[in-house]
Amino acid sequence: MNTTCPVPRFDFDAITMGHGGGGLLTQRLLQSGVFSVLGNELLNQQHDGASFSLEGKLAFSTDSYVVSPIFFPGGNIGDLAINGTVNDLAMCGAAARYLSLAFIIEEGLKMEQFAAVLQSIGQAAKTAGVQIVTGDTKVVERGKGDQLFINTSGIGVVHRNASIHHQHIRPGDKIILSGKLAAHGIAIMSKRKGLSFETDIVSDTTALNHTVINLVETYGSGIRFLRDPTRGGLASVLNEVAGLTKLGYNLDQKAIPIDPQVEGACEMLGLDPLYVANEGIFVAIVSREIASDFLRTLHQHYNGEHAAIIGEVSTEHAGTVVAKGIAGGHRIISYLAGEQLPRIC
Amino acid sequence: MKFLSEYRDPALVEQYLQELHRITTKPWTLMEICGGQTHSLVKNGLLDLLPKQITMVHGPGCPVCVTSTGVIDEAIWLSEQPNTILCSFGDMLRVPGSSKSLLQAKADGADVRILYSPLEAVSLAKENPGKEVVFFAVGFETTAPANALSVVQAHKQGVINYSILASHVLVPPAMEAILSDKDNRIDAFLAAGHVCTIMGMEEYYPIAEKYKTPIVVTGFEPVDLLQGILMAVQQLEAGVYKVENQYTRYVQREGNRMAMETINEVFATSDRVWRGIGPIPQSGYEVNKAYEAYNARKKFTIGITPVQENPACISGDIMKGLKKPGQCPHFGKACTPEHPLGAPMVSSEGACAAYYHYATAPELESA
Repeated sequence: MNTTCPVPRFDFDAITMGHGGGGLLTQRLLQSGVFSVLGNELLNQQHDGASFSLEGKLAFSTDSYVVSPIFFPGGNIGDLAINGTVNDLAMCGAAARYLSLAFIIEEGLKMEQFAAVLQSIGQAAKTAGVQIVTGDTKVVERGKGDQLFINTSGIGVVHRNASIHHQHIRPGDKIILSGKLAAHGIAIMSKRKGLSFETDIVSDTTALNHTVINLVETYGSGIRFLRDPTRGGLASVLNEVAGLTKLGYNLDQKAIPIDPQVEGACEMLGLDPLYVANEGIFVAIVSREIASDFLRTLHQHYNGEHAAIIGEVSTEHAGTVVAKGIAGGHRIISYLAGEQLPRIC
Repeated sequence: MKFLSEYRDPALVEQYLQELHRITTKPWTLMEICGGQTHSLVKNGLLDLLPKQITMVHGPGCPVCVTSTGVIDEAIWLSEQPNTILCSFGDMLRVPGSSKSLLQAKADGADVRILYSPLEAVSLAKENPGKEVVFFAVGFETTAPANALSVVQAHKQGVINYSILASHVLVPPAMEAILSDKDNRIDAFLAAGHVCTIMGMEEYYPIAEKYKTPIVVTGFEPVDLLQGILMAVQQLEAGVYKVENQYTRYVQREGNRMAMETINEVFATSDRVWRGIGPIPQSGYEVNKAYEAYNARKKFTIGITPVQENPACISGDIMKGLKKPGQCPHFGKACTPEHPLGAPMVSSEGACAAYYHYATAPELESA
């Protein structure tokens, strides 16, 4: 773990109901931990909300994080909560600036776990270049939560060159995936009780804003659409946009980057990687003209080195996503009814 | 990925397809037994690529699909007992029982856990000595050894709060039931590679002989399936009926002896009701007398009333290969993965789910 963020020091072992009561314990929790890690000019004012000025077109997004287990290979609920909202803003072509941070803590959470999450939050915010300017802490009785839930909301400034909207998508546009598929979901599943298996797979959680803003700056309106395929995976994102645009989306299964270990784990569990969650990649639909340039630039970013053109938008089979299989046959990629459940054999 | 990519090799796929087109002269109807094979055929778009004379029909080898409503009701009843944890493989949870699914029971407060290995259920029982842990032991011969092993382990470790609700089904009796049906139109079978990895091939020789039907033990990847189909069509075109093994990298004629011994240690064959098909004599495994203490049906007095299967669901005809999903009037209308009338629509190996999720328009029309 990077130690550039101060390690919070708490003089208690576990969170109790009193830490959410607004009294002395709440103050001690905030003073001894939260402010030392996350403090900045706006947060340190300790007001009911943060006041600031921003110029230009803004983007606003929110997300709640309920991942279980809260620590997983490659990250924890803390960096996930920062990266997730930062990335949602990046998909609007916006550089995240200010975040709110709200904890719902189940009584009994070990302080060392909370401290580790806080430290990850601090580090992730620093890496992404965002400030946490307002927050909230609530504690619920044991059994009423699952260790720790986090909500973050964020405000970002939309880049002047950004022109991201599904209405801008045209037949012939290329579909680009920025990195390897399905690592996050499989990393989580490998640690889930009852399903655990030995693997080195780690979550791909990372902030995409610097990469995306750089691309938006360079390619402007050539970038038609951006989306991070989190819950529901790549298949759900493409189905959503297929439904909105009434165009056809052709995927080439062979071109989709995936780690062999992740592919193997998916085979073993009976999961389709197209539906597995990701936390550090994005789908870009870009004009045919800029596609190869865009890809070359993306390859130069640390979180884009495995990027690939995975398909194309067409006028055929409007409103649906069709994948050309490894063997040359075609299949429809539809929405899942619920979550994927591991199969019997 | 090693051991995967070579069986998805487009050049080999093309080669097998060309050979199939070259040798096929008559219409043939083949049944792939296993739902995993069905999904691979549809997911990889292979049905589009086969010669027009070859019709693939999708067999009963989906354990989720053939588990009767009554057994699912038993599992739901058990999950709703106080101080009880019901453990199950993931894809059993969505299957509708007579009034609800295990997923709904879980939402109503039942302690239902998804596990990947029954041995984890034994660990769970040890961690929760004050609770009864029941494992919903479904599946064909493939999952039987691990389920049996969990009982053996629990017994060895003195874990007394563990039991299984056995609902195992067996492939050979189902094949005989299909072949002896008066409406049968199956010319050859692709037998299920995973089942034969455990059980070997011996059981299939008398069936091929009695019904004069080729049986090719086949794997699950595109290259496996096309090679298996080719081997079956070669037999049909030549007018012979043998048991052959395409899946030689895993299947040996004598099977996995240790796995079979574990099965025989814990289970005895029993009659079993197949969802949509009805009762088939000696077509399942039940926990034997020696291990009765681990049989949930003996340990608890399960209070459910027998029910009729939903008459609107034609899953029986689909699993016997008499109809295809697209021929069901309810397919994609009254019956969807969100609101299934029957199990084949929700199981990850169910034929209706395969068509619903993956099939392109021409496949549905030709269905």
